[in-house]
Amino acid sequence: MDEKKLAIIATKGSLDWAYPPFILASTAAALGYETQVFFTFYGLQLLKKKLTLEVTPLGNPGMPMPMGMDKWFPVILTALPGMQAMMTMMMKQKMKAKGVASIEELRDLCIEAEVKLIACQMTVDLFDMDQKDFIDGVEYAGASSFFEFAGQSDICLYI
Amino acid sequence: MADFDQELDASGLNCPLPILRAKKTLSSMSGGQVLHIIATDPGSVKDFDAFAKQTGNTLMESKEEGGKFHFLIKKA
Repeated sequence: MDEKKLAIIATKGSLDWAYPPFILASTAAALGYETQVFFTFYGLQLLKKKLTLEVTPLGNPGMPMPMGMDKWFPVILTALPGMQAMMTMMMKQKMKAKGVASIEELRDLCIEAEVKLIACQMTVDLFDMDQKDFIDGVEYAGASSFFEFAGQSDICLYI
Repeated sequence: MADFDQELDASGLNCPLPILRAKKTLSSMSGGQVLHIIATDPGSVKDFDAFAKQTGNTLMESKEEGGKFHFLIKKA
């Protein structure tokens, strides 16, 4: 069986959107895919040694909230100080209770399965990010090197 | 249930952990050996079928018993 290839671009830096790239990359690796994830813009937050990812109900009418709050709680109140931290804490508790892996765990599984994690050098420069803040093993490259791999991939996802 | 060489209890774990743990356990086993996986994630029924098809391992048995899902996978 020829090794299949999966290329993912991860562009989002919130706790909820951190899941798709890591779930898909780790699963693909388990299925025998050679996998690369290119992290750009806010997606770079997913490569930080210390993850501080949060979820926000603000501007997200599809997000279920406890006690059906997504149906009756005034949207403007979700912007109150502390709401984001509270929703993040509740989401993490729920995930733990349901046996959903943490982002740290999924990321470790990706690394263990030799998923290649690539940080967009341009965004690192743009946001004055420090390579020291990123986990070890990350490669730094640009669009052209993404296409080198993506061009041969069987599946290519933009998340 | 047929004989097996190793057992993996993935009860309480959600997608994609049962598959990832199974893959890891299988890598430490030799060809022809059988892994018994126990899971509670209902999605694992279709997922282990798809996992076997894509990795070339054989899904010998897949059944629900006592509210849990049991799979026997023979390593290729």
